[in-house]
Amino acid sequence: MSPTTVTARRPLRWLVLFLGAMLAAALLLFSSPVAAMAAAPDEPGGDQEQTDFYFGGVITFEDKPVPDVTLRIEGGGFEAETLTGDDGRWRLYVPEKAEYTLTVDESTLPDGVIVEGESASQKLEFGLTKSKIVNLFLGEGERVTQGFAEQLFVRLIGGLNFGLLLALAAMGAALIYGTTGLSNFAHGEMVTWGALVTLVATTMWQLPLWAGVIAAVLGGAVLGLAMDAGLWRPLRHRGLGVVQLMIVSIGLSLAMRYTFQYFIGGKTYQLEGASPTPIQLGPIQLSYIDLISMGVSIVAILAVAYFLLRTRIGKATRAISDNPQLAAASGINVDRVIRIVWVVAGILAALSGVLWAYFRPGLRWDMGTQMLLLIFAAITLGGLGTAFGALLGSLIVGIVVETSTLWIPSDLKYAGALVVLILILLVRPQGLLGRKERLG
Amino acid sequence: MDWGAILTNTLGYLLSPVTIAYALAATGLAVHFGYAGLLNFGMAGFMALGAYGYAISVLSFGMPWYLAMLVGLLLAALFAIILGVPTLRLRADYLAIVTIAAAEIVRLLFTTQVFDEYTNSADGLGGYNGSFQSANPFPELPKGERYGFGPWQYTAAQLWVIVFGVLLLALALFVVWALMRSPWGRVLKGIREDEDAVRSLGKNVFAYKMQALVVGGVIGALGGIIYVLPSAVIPSSYTTALTFFLWTILLLGGASTIFGPSLGAVIFWMVLALLGNLLPQMAQAGWLPMTDIQAGTLRYILVGVALMLIVIFRPQGILGDKREMTFVK
Repeated sequence: MSPTTVTARRPLRWLVLFLGAMLAAALLLFSSPVAAMAAAPDEPGGDQEQTDFYFGGVITFEDKPVPDVTLRIEGGGFEAETLTGDDGRWRLYVPEKAEYTLTVDESTLPDGVIVEGESASQKLEFGLTKSKIVNLFLGEGERVTQGFAEQLFVRLIGGLNFGLLLALAAMGAALIYGTTGLSNFAHGEMVTWGALVTLVATTMWQLPLWAGVIAAVLGGAVLGLAMDAGLWRPLRHRGLGVVQLMIVSIGLSLAMRYTFQYFIGGKTYQLEGASPTPIQLGPIQLSYIDLISMGVSIVAILAVAYFLLRTRIGKATRAISDNPQLAAASGINVDRVIRIVWVVAGILAALSGVLWAYFRPGLRWDMGTQMLLLIFAAITLGGLGTAFGALLGSLIVGIVVETSTLWIPSDLKYAGALVVLILILLVRPQGLLGRKERLG
Repeated sequence: MDWGAILTNTLGYLLSPVTIAYALAATGLAVHFGYAGLLNFGMAGFMALGAYGYAISVLSFGMPWYLAMLVGLLLAALFAIILGVPTLRLRADYLAIVTIAAAEIVRLLFTTQVFDEYTNSADGLGGYNGSFQSANPFPELPKGERYGFGPWQYTAAQLWVIVFGVLLLALALFVVWALMRSPWGRVLKGIREDEDAVRSLGKNVFAYKMQALVVGGVIGALGGIIYVLPSAVIPSSYTTALTFFLWTILLLGGASTIFGPSLGAVIFWMVLALLGNLLPQMAQAGWLPMTDIQAGTLRYILVGVALMLIVIFRPQGILGDKREMTFVK
């Protein structure tokens, strides 16, 4: 309890930084070789959560079973992995009757043996029954694999795409934080809402996709406006503290999230035209949806930048973030500006939701919740409350999440971004673009 | 409508392991938020560390149950220190964001395939309670007989879990009560109200906050252990929703009170069980225009709405004192 000096406390901070770095190093170390050594299940599918639907089969080469081959299944936001047993048998359970992509990790096959056909991946669909037997034919041969630099490049593009769509949501959240001091935990639900409106517009009302996206934008604006007028403005006038507001937003997040589940259940839905055939651009494969997604994000971000830097309302917004009392005293209508900020944030979040539904791919009742922590990571990294900081933070988070799978297993990719957040807070607590006096 | 079953199920939650576990975790949260003013949104991480620390120590390292539980508590204390060092000097909302992120990291590390050998990844752990049950002081009853009466009927194994949990809860409540009426507790409450004032008295605010974070975290991990004592460790239970439910419980009962968190846990689980039994049956009987799955979801919507209403209209909770303002602006 004796008072310690500042210099004496410093080493503790570096100790934690060191521990964090060790943890990251341990993750790297464990990942590639050891991940492949995970034990094969005693019986096919015994290592997974058992559901009603599964794919299964036997892998043999020249009539002999091939053990310890890694197979991966992906689709509709679901991922699982298994190994073949000593008898070469495997089974992969999946949550629903839908289309999945099965990939054989060819590095786990005997040397000089590959899966016959164009690639080691194939698309699978169920027939009339709840299970499907998949026969894989192996042959001798070599596969030309992508080099590390090319893989990195592909992931960088993917990360940029993800970072840009994350930035839409994060910039809105940062604007709200800057003007009202609220860490909005319900922002994830605003993201889900956008995707949901598009789904309803394109499937129930049979509108074309572009109309669905416009509906999402309008829906986002209405939600933002309604939240401010119906909840946040009255609460501000009641004089609730920021912590109280934050916990109210948690309650709102829970209520909205389960309301979505109430209406659409636990299923994963696909928006129109999800998973299209990719286009080859030099070494990388992109789908036109990726290109449109990045284009939409960039246009929206530029529009926000124009709004903030060139319009009167945008200047007023920045003035309020800077010093709300002074802004109010100099004749800015704070309530009006905050209302506009909520509408802008609602539009951006809805747009982000539509793009996120294509990126994952798939729409679920809790998809926004999965994004919420990354939104927080992005705005904290950038410096709480600055929209351009949030943009920078989002790009870093997006690229870290996507490229980290080169080194760490994909089920830890979100953990990687959160570790980066904590490490950066250690050395630069005010965030990348934040000002030092923001600290308490 | 089977009113008898609904009533029995609801009353059963008055004294179920899950209620006791939530009461313990919420008490830990009361130390963090109610007394020290720390915004910990990572209680699920503390509970997960307690649960996994205990289960893995028994399963992989063959420790006796009391040492294994100690490992779980030590892990939680270590986690608190790692969390506290970078954030306790920063503004309160940084702690909120870092704790929620750290709890998610913990959950992902326990769920990933990488450590499957120890954590059994997404399938969770089970079959670790032999050692704990071998210390059961209650003799096994003949088949078909139960201890207790009415809605509270238990086998010897269940009774031991509940008695053990209640004893730990009583101990935790006593420790928190004793700490908070000590000079240490008064400094802590002072930090909550006005950090600079306490600092001007020459107190090391950082050290006090850190100690509070560790104490609350260990109590939370205790809750995590009780949570998994009846059957199994399920990794998907440690999502942020668990933390948010604990906050609802804490604010319902009263954040800076001794018995508030326990009262909140009892009310929360009894209401949840009541709605969980009642609403689907009402839907089946055609009284509610929805499917019974939707009726099951409805209660969680109500949890969210209840949390909002509590914070807006009664932030001090049921047992709290309005003068003791926990929400410092």
